[in-house]
Amino acid sequence: MNAVSIPLEHVMALAATLFLIGLAGVLVRRNLIFLLMSLEIMMNACGLAFIAAGARWGAADGQIMYMLILALAAAEVAVALGLLLQLERRLGSLDIDAASELRG
Amino acid sequence: MEALWLIPLLPLLGFVTLLVTEGRLPAVLVAMIGAGSVGLAALAAAPVTLDFLQQGPGTVFAQPLWVWIDVAGFSPDITLYLDGLSLAMVWVITGVGFLIHLYATGYMAGDPGYSRFFAYMNLFVFAMLMLVLADDLLVLYLGWEGVGLCSYLLIGFFHDEPANGYAARKAFVVTRVGDTAMALGLFLLFRELGTLDIQSVLSAATTTWPDGSTTVTVAALLILGGAVGKSAQLPLQTWLPDAMAGPTPVSALIHAATMVTAGVYLVARVHDLFLLSPLAQSALIGVGLATLFMAACAALVQRDIKRILAYSTMSQIGYMFFALGVGAWSAAVFHLMTHAFFKALLFLSAGSVILALHHEQDIFRMGGLWRRLPLPFAGMLVGAAALAALPFTSGFYSKDAILLASAAAPGGLWLWAAASLAALVTALYSARLIFVVFFGPPGSAAGPDDGSNNAMRGPLVVLSLLALGGGWFGLAPPAAVLPDGGVSHGHGGWLAWVTGAVPLLGVGLGYLLFYRWRERTAALVSGAAAQTLRRFWQAGWGFDWLYARLFEQPFTALARLNRRDVVDVPFVLTAALLRIGHQLAADGQNGRLRWYLANMAAGLALLLIIVLGAA
Amino acid sequence: MELILFYVAGTVALIATVLAVTRSNAAHGLIYLIVSLLAVAVIFFVLGAPFAAALEVVIYAGAIMVLFVFVVMMLNLGQRRAAAERAWLAPRNWIGPSLLALVLLLELTYIIFTSSAVSAGQVVGPKEVGLALFGPYLLAVELAALLLLAALVGAYHLGRRYMPSRRRGEETP
Repeated sequence: MNAVSIPLEHVMALAATLFLIGLAGVLVRRNLIFLLMSLEIMMNACGLAFIAAGARWGAADGQIMYMLILALAAAEVAVALGLLLQLERRLGSLDIDAASELRG
Repeated sequence: MEALWLIPLLPLLGFVTLLVTEGRLPAVLVAMIGAGSVGLAALAAAPVTLDFLQQGPGTVFAQPLWVWIDVAGFSPDITLYLDGLSLAMVWVITGVGFLIHLYATGYMAGDPGYSRFFAYMNLFVFAMLMLVLADDLLVLYLGWEGVGLCSYLLIGFFHDEPANGYAARKAFVVTRVGDTAMALGLFLLFRELGTLDIQSVLSAATTTWPDGSTTVTVAALLILGGAVGKSAQLPLQTWLPDAMAGPTPVSALIHAATMVTAGVYLVARVHDLFLLSPLAQSALIGVGLATLFMAACAALVQRDIKRILAYSTMSQIGYMFFALGVGAWSAAVFHLMTHAFFKALLFLSAGSVILALHHEQDIFRMGGLWRRLPLPFAGMLVGAAALAALPFTSGFYSKDAILLASAAAPGGLWLWAAASLAALVTALYSARLIFVVFFGPPGSAAGPDDGSNNAMRGPLVVLSLLALGGGWFGLAPPAAVLPDGGVSHGHGGWLAWVTGAVPLLGVGLGYLLFYRWRERTAALVSGAAAQTLRRFWQAGWGFDWLYARLFEQPFTALARLNRRDVVDVPFVLTAALLRIGHQLAADGQNGRLRWYLANMAAGLALLLIIVLGAA
Repeated sequence: MELILFYVAGTVALIATVLAVTRSNAAHGLIYLIVSLLAVAVIFFVLGAPFAAALEVVIYAGAIMVLFVFVVMMLNLGQRRAAAERAWLAPRNWIGPSLLALVLLLELTYIIFTSSAVSAGQVVGPKEVGLALFGPYLLAVELAALLLLAALVGAYHLGRRYMPSRRRGEETP
């Protein structure tokens, strides 16, 4: 398809909104799964911002950055879910507030 | 003159020895050191005196020892200064002091604090000697404070009894008020005149200040404040009756013969300041007369034998202040000497009586003792006669000198009348003392078992002789120092006859009231008004009550108000704030991930606001 | 026309994301998230980044989200925990963070709207991306590979079975 000129502020605004929804999700949800999901939302929003920036200059750099973010997200999810399984086994629940032994 | 420094040194050595050996020496040795050091000091004074008298009454010995402080412009030195006035005082202190120490070796025998007692007494004698031998007001103040300390230590000597400690503290605090006034006076003198050397101060004062200037008046009044405190005059007199809680020799030495007369000595020493200020002289007269009266009336209604003598001391020192005020300087010092003799005699005799009656001090429990205790009776009789100024006793000469000098002063006749009235009351209570204690039916007290030894009897005899014959001492030495040039014996006229007759009248009245018509007197004073008056006088004219209302209660109320200590607030508050801060910080480390993230987000928001605001 | 597409996809993304964050059933949340990702892929297309769009669908929605689904299924999250999740979503829990996020949003939009630009409107195809990857960004590719290796090893270790004696709450040796 043909790409058209889209006002960049709108895309950025969308990215910002998605990012902050994700942030709100991280802060609000206690279940670890939802926390990780919200984290993914945040990373996706960053990717959107990069793509938009790349589209502004018509260069491939934005997409490359997006790919790196993607790789990072994949690695992080793999390790995080492993940790989640271990945590669930030890604490007996997926409540992140239960994992507060570093208090005091 | 070279032996001058030995005079204060010997009692000091006695003190140090007894302090260091702390009661480990046998009693005999303690007595020898304690009484002996003062005796040796008196002996050391003998060649100095002979030397002095050889050179004539106007001599001055000055023996510089060392420089005490040397700071910019201020270098008081320890110099021993002996002129006629201090010579007279030295003899009173060492002579009468030795007799009292000797008596005390017998009186205090068997007391567990025997060594401590003599240590304190020697320290006192040292301090008092420094006071009178001082060439510099600062050294005088050293002695002043030293006697105050010893007074505290000795009043509270029987420290097992809390009441004694209270009396000691009361004495210390009340005299402290006077001491502070004196210190302020010294500061003023130093600031205005640049020195505290006594002779320099006196000469500089006469040249710098005109008659009646404010500065000299203030300085003189401040020094008078110090004298008033130490000598237990109005308004700082409340401590002396309670000071009788100490052992009787202490009362004799400190609160009759020496320390309380330090105020009189001080005023006589800086007489030039007072001569420059008519207001200060009037203050002297006022204080002296008021105390004289108040104490005499109070002595009339006391039951405790020592309290009678205490009020009597207060009253007699009032006489001395009165004399200083009207300009009879030599008469005041003369009376100081004779008073030392007969008051010490009275106290020591009273001590013998008290000891014989197993520590009974209420005179209405005594009676008819003249046969059973002949020597104390004789001593008290002589002493009371001198106190009342019966003719030809030493007291007669000194007191009449004062009275006649007062008549010669401006406005004199009224002063003379007031002082004579007080003399009447003095004779009255002296007679009361003798008649109630020694005559009449025996009282309810146990004994008397005369347990006194020769150490106690000897001093009584000597002091009786001095009290009788002391009036014939030549007073040339002090006279050369004081501005009025000596006591003039023998004024003529009807005034002298009346003055001599007043004590006789008083004694006669006393005989009638307290012996012959005892029952009628008792009936007379049993009325409600008379009883109220008696209670009022007995409580020392209510000064304790007044001071409690005026000072103690507001202060304790304030202290109670400030129980949580308002000054502590910054410190307590700091600690509390730190604790709160710590708690907040600790709560912030709750180990929860989302909380940390929220903090990061909030921080970011804040940062963006700042950046956007600045941009 | 593409402009409208952008706005529509954007709206879908927003709504889906909000829903994803607020579900009490984990599986439902995941589904909504996948929808959001797909919408974002459409936006990528519109912006002229087809390769990125494809990657978004294939890897992000296709692999990562599937991983999530596996774990959710394994732990049996879903209907059983729905009630507890709703309790955890009480208003007093989300008011604060939402306000915070709102503040940040306002600040960000303020910053974003102070400048203006438009996208270039040209398609950057896979060929250009590939050339860039094998050119200037070679090292980045190697590093990304290293990262994935590390994640692989880590995930393998973390996913190990437990010794039979180990129980919940005990310390690991």
